[in-house]
Amino acid sequence: MKNRISNKVAALKPSGIRKFFDLARQIPGVVSLGVGEPDFDTPWHIREEGIKALQQGRTFYTANAGLDDLRSAIADYTKRKIGVEYDPKTEVYVTVGGSEAIDGAMRVILDPGDEVVYTEPCFVSYMPCIALADGVPVPIRLKNENKFKLTPEELEAAITPKTKALMISFPNNPTGAVMTKEDLEKLVPIIEKHDLLVVSDEIYSELTYNGLVHTSIASLPGMRDRTVVINGFSKAFAMTGWRMGYATGPADIVKQMIKVHQFAIMCAPTVSQYAAVEAMNNGEEDVRRMRESYDQRRRYLLNEFAKMGLPCFEPEGAFYMFPDIREFGMTSEEFATELLKSEKLAVVPGGAFGESGEGFIRISYAYSLKELREAIRRLGAFVEKLRREKSNNR
Amino acid sequence: MDSSKQKKLLDLIASDARFREEELAAMLGESVEEIRNTLKELEEKHIICGYHTLINWDKVHDEDVTAMVELRVMPQGGDGYERLAEKIAGFPQVDTLYLMSGTYDFLVTVRGRSLKEVALFVNSKLAVIDEVQSTTTHFTLTKYKELGQNLQGFKTDARMLMTP
Repeated sequence: MKNRISNKVAALKPSGIRKFFDLARQIPGVVSLGVGEPDFDTPWHIREEGIKALQQGRTFYTANAGLDDLRSAIADYTKRKIGVEYDPKTEVYVTVGGSEAIDGAMRVILDPGDEVVYTEPCFVSYMPCIALADGVPVPIRLKNENKFKLTPEELEAAITPKTKALMISFPNNPTGAVMTKEDLEKLVPIIEKHDLLVVSDEIYSELTYNGLVHTSIASLPGMRDRTVVINGFSKAFAMTGWRMGYATGPADIVKQMIKVHQFAIMCAPTVSQYAAVEAMNNGEEDVRRMRESYDQRRRYLLNEFAKMGLPCFEPEGAFYMFPDIREFGMTSEEFATELLKSEKLAVVPGGAFGESGEGFIRISYAYSLKELREAIRRLGAFVEKLRREKSNNR
Repeated sequence: MDSSKQKKLLDLIASDARFREEELAAMLGESVEEIRNTLKELEEKHIICGYHTLINWDKVHDEDVTAMVELRVMPQGGDGYERLAEKIAGFPQVDTLYLMSGTYDFLVTVRGRSLKEVALFVNSKLAVIDEVQSTTTHFTLTKYKELGQNLQGFKTDARMLMTP
């Protein structure tokens, strides 16, 4: 048989991170700043609820959309956090991580040829999820000089008559950029003018610094009923391996997302759902503690970059720094490969997050200060070496 | 510096005393001057009592032993415990000294180069104190955790090297 694989799937490029990961793991003694998940263990009281669920034999399917208690807890939490009310019965459902909800949203809203405008650099799965749902991915390449925020001019310029939706994610992976309420408000008239849907991935919503409070675009006037908000437990509660996410949105869209979920997934893992209820109801203090720790590391790195003379805008969210390496005249992949080989330090090349990440590297600070200190020593030595070589060649 | 910042500063240096003042300043969003003054103040108030190093002595000399000694005492007079504590704390062999609730009064950690040395110290210095009624000595076999730090290096980062 020829063409065993569909053209659509065959055309998808594998994630650029994969290749780099394969390279890094062959190197003994490598120090990595390449991880996109918290270094904290899931708080004990949350794990205990998972253990208890297992002990009590909660090993069966739940309702497709998730446990009633969990959906109610998510609705309460969402109201508390972003000030938007969702009906837990019809406007909330539980997914296998935020990733499933990204896929679900695209499948539900797109017809072949519909365009989705999304911001780059971004998490690796937006473009593929749009493409797999037969949509046309239209990237907006965000700029360092705008602190990687989306401006109304950039949005307007990307929209065509075929644009169905805008996909955004702030606080952002990989840049750490945040859009404030004022920044988001400027987008609203354009979204309304072109009658767009919005898919907002807010998985890092709990991780904002400098006293900034996360604003969801769904909370702005007129936006609730055209926005699907995706969130989850992975980043805020250090629960990546539990695979717990959720989406909230207007009932007509969520109903269809649950339908897709019902056929593709059945339901999110039951044990994880019980643990997630505990996280929603009693996890606030843990989040505060972890946020504070991330913030100290963020400040530590900013200070070290400044001393190194490595330009980096101040990220105010997530747990990533996105320093500018263009002065070295290498692609981000060349830089990261050299850094790995000469200093055994693994970072993710910015190009893995889209073309506009080129010229940057992503540095995760989901590491202890002790590890960061060692990593910074290696990065500093590398940067110095490159500069020395450059001046010798002059 | 307000008290919540001061608490954060203490948490940071409790986890690692080797942070430089400049690093602490960056992490806490304070000036180096402010950090220096606060540290000095905390030292003067005896809130910061030292900057010691956590060492796994077992790896340095095998024979070193540590014992936890329970002391039951009969204190004399109103400040009996205080006077006794001062006396016991004065021995260089005594590492830590706590007044306890429960079935005994003092818990004393004693370090020495051999079982015999520690046992002799307990017998000849602690047991003979007039107020001491009885001693019970427990030798430690393995130290797993001290000052919140894992001494055996159990935990390694279980995460994959790189994830999106």
